[in-house]
Amino acid sequence: MINPEKLEAILSHYQGGSADLIPVLQDIQDENNYLPKDQLKVVAHKLQVPLTQVYSVATFFKMFSLEPKGRHQIRVCLGTACHLRGGQRLVEMVSRRLGVDIGQTTPDLQFSLETVGCLGSCAQAPLLMVDDQYFGRMSMDKVPKILKSYKNQD
Amino acid sequence: MPKLETVQQLEEYRRRLLTHPDAQALQILVCGGPGCLPMGSEEVAAAFRQELKERGPAVKVLLKESGCQGWCSKAVKVMIRPQEITYQQVTPQDVPEIVAETLIQGKILDRLCYRDPADQTAKAHKSEIPFYQGQQPLVLGKMDLIDPTSLDDYLAAGGYRALQQVLEQMSPEAVIQAVGRSGLRGRGGGGFPTGRKWRLCREASGEVKYLICNGDEGDPGAFMDRAVMEGNPHAVLEGMIIGGYAIGAHQSFIYVRHEYPLAVKRLSLAIDQARQCGLLGDNILGSGFAFEVKISKGAGAFVCGEETALIRSVEGDIGEPVPRPPYPAQHGLWGKPTVINNVETWANLPEIINRGADWFAAMGTEKSKGTKVFSLVGAVNHTGLVEVPMGTTLRQIVFDLGGGIRDGGEFKAVQTGGPSGGCIPKEYLDLPVDYDSLQSVGSIMGSGGMIVMDQSSCMVDVARYFMSFLHDESCGKCTPCREGTKQILEILTEITQGRGSEEHPALMEELCATMRSASLCGLGQSAVNPVLSTLKYFREEYEAHIQQKRCPALVCRSLLKYTIDPETCTGCLACVRECPAEAIRGEAGEPQELDQELCVKCGQCYEICKFKAVKVES
Repeated sequence: MINPEKLEAILSHYQGGSADLIPVLQDIQDENNYLPKDQLKVVAHKLQVPLTQVYSVATFFKMFSLEPKGRHQIRVCLGTACHLRGGQRLVEMVSRRLGVDIGQTTPDLQFSLETVGCLGSCAQAPLLMVDDQYFGRMSMDKVPKILKSYKNQD
Repeated sequence: MPKLETVQQLEEYRRRLLTHPDAQALQILVCGGPGCLPMGSEEVAAAFRQELKERGPAVKVLLKESGCQGWCSKAVKVMIRPQEITYQQVTPQDVPEIVAETLIQGKILDRLCYRDPADQTAKAHKSEIPFYQGQQPLVLGKMDLIDPTSLDDYLAAGGYRALQQVLEQMSPEAVIQAVGRSGLRGRGGGGFPTGRKWRLCREASGEVKYLICNGDEGDPGAFMDRAVMEGNPHAVLEGMIIGGYAIGAHQSFIYVRHEYPLAVKRLSLAIDQARQCGLLGDNILGSGFAFEVKISKGAGAFVCGEETALIRSVEGDIGEPVPRPPYPAQHGLWGKPTVINNVETWANLPEIINRGADWFAAMGTEKSKGTKVFSLVGAVNHTGLVEVPMGTTLRQIVFDLGGGIRDGGEFKAVQTGGPSGGCIPKEYLDLPVDYDSLQSVGSIMGSGGMIVMDQSSCMVDVARYFMSFLHDESCGKCTPCREGTKQILEILTEITQGRGSEEHPALMEELCATMRSASLCGLGQSAVNPVLSTLKYFREEYEAHIQQKRCPALVCRSLLKYTIDPETCTGCLACVRECPAEAIRGEAGEPQELDQELCVKCGQCYEICKFKAVKVES
């Protein structure tokens, strides 16, 4: 969890008010990989936004998580082109390799697995993204190597 | 970059750029677009950087990472200017040879060129390649010329000339008139006349007005807006500044989905550059007009592509749509009159001003003017972004530009308009593509996704896929959409799992009719299109699933049977390791056997087998 000073620093960039709510939550999510409950209360207080609104925004949008996420976010694309080219099988394989279901995080907090509606590189379907890195024209045999390279980084 | 205080200073600055020796230099442009990036374009660019560094100043070449060059299936693309030599599928290993042969000696490397399928001759220049012939690149026009991180590049290519003209010679009223006369309609899918929307907003009462660029490109299968935001961000800004001037807005927002981190980065940089040199801020180029742009990042909700949901999200609330009217042009962001147009619409504006409304209106069909960018993907030979005049036929797009169906397959359908669109069968291949014609066959233009399908796509599965997507993305506010998507998804799942009944098609049609007429926003109203269009054009596939419990395209898992051919199986055990159900058994080096009782039909063995020993039937 980020420390109170860090949260203070994030909040200091904003003037306070409803329009700043999503950007503030995005900053906290980026910093922490999740939205800690205690900090949501601070956000509500500082931005003068009801806690109910903070909670509804935090649970409506897909990028926010109230549970800690892994260091690396794996997003398997299930856009139309990827669906037609075996995106579903790809995500099942990644899921089995990691031993977690879609939407879950590995117990060692290394990887979180998600699917995404479209990553916008449809010509290179099927596609997956690890953090900000794209991997196009994926096939089953490339998955273990990619996962390993991220494990080795740490 | 100096601060430009007048139109004359900008013109002078551009003149200096154009007369600079770099302007005439040999250039090598590595495509950094959405298609090339995942295929290693950064490594190719790095290899060029290294090679040129080693060669030293004797080789005078300008290296750039350009915006999208369009032809994604040939990634990584490299273009050499001014000759417009286009190399395809370039790897870092090819780089030393390209530098030595083409850049230094001027020789064309045939092996990196497109080959004419008819006679195998190498086509080196852009103008000779069928994929580019027949295109009319307005929005995509500058993208393969410029480095999107360089304002100088955009200026040298004539960027911000339209803004100069608007500020110097046109009244806001004249701009609106020109946009109206051009016939431009919203490129995000709605197709509302842009000029009329602007007029409504300009004439709405109130001093404060807002302008929004909708970059929440959520349609699966569409990536033209991503390519434009990443590849030519200043064109979007220029369009927005012109729009702000016309409607009298001084503050604007670009709403970009968070799945596009590079678009956010490029737009932020472009905004900083524009602000620094006086193209944004107070008193732009001495005109007295003030305009600011702020980026608003989406947080992952498809429904936020809908304008009222998007506005709520910018305001800091959940993305639930509100009923229209009142339209945002009268009552939008924070209750103020607001114009929302999508990325491609904004990017069209500079060209409309530069070349004239009449020139623009001369292209296209009676009710759809200008060009449209499509992302042509799926089962075609050449995938990528294409920009053609409205009214170009589907056949021209799929077969002339796309090079026909890959692997010699047969065209089955083209899906347009994303989850709000439909599947168009081969009977309509000669349909001229515009807003109205697509609607007449049960689809929509949408943002321009075009997914081509061959015999390996199951149309019931496609309908189920879109319904599953929409069920997931429905915000849940109105009952017809929330419950309708759920019920239809359940029925489609039953059908694809072999439990369909004869009553199902009629039941779905009834649900669709309710959703279409009673849903609150476009998401629910148009969610029925993938279902209705497949029911209409591919009824026999539904019948095969329902009556014979068979999936002719071999897609729907529950209806498949996997076996291992003992003749072909080498006993390598790759499938055994992959099988999640431990359904495959046998000795190493011997043919394997697949236990039908245990098989979960996931198809992993089929995917992993290098010897095609796993067979599938339905």
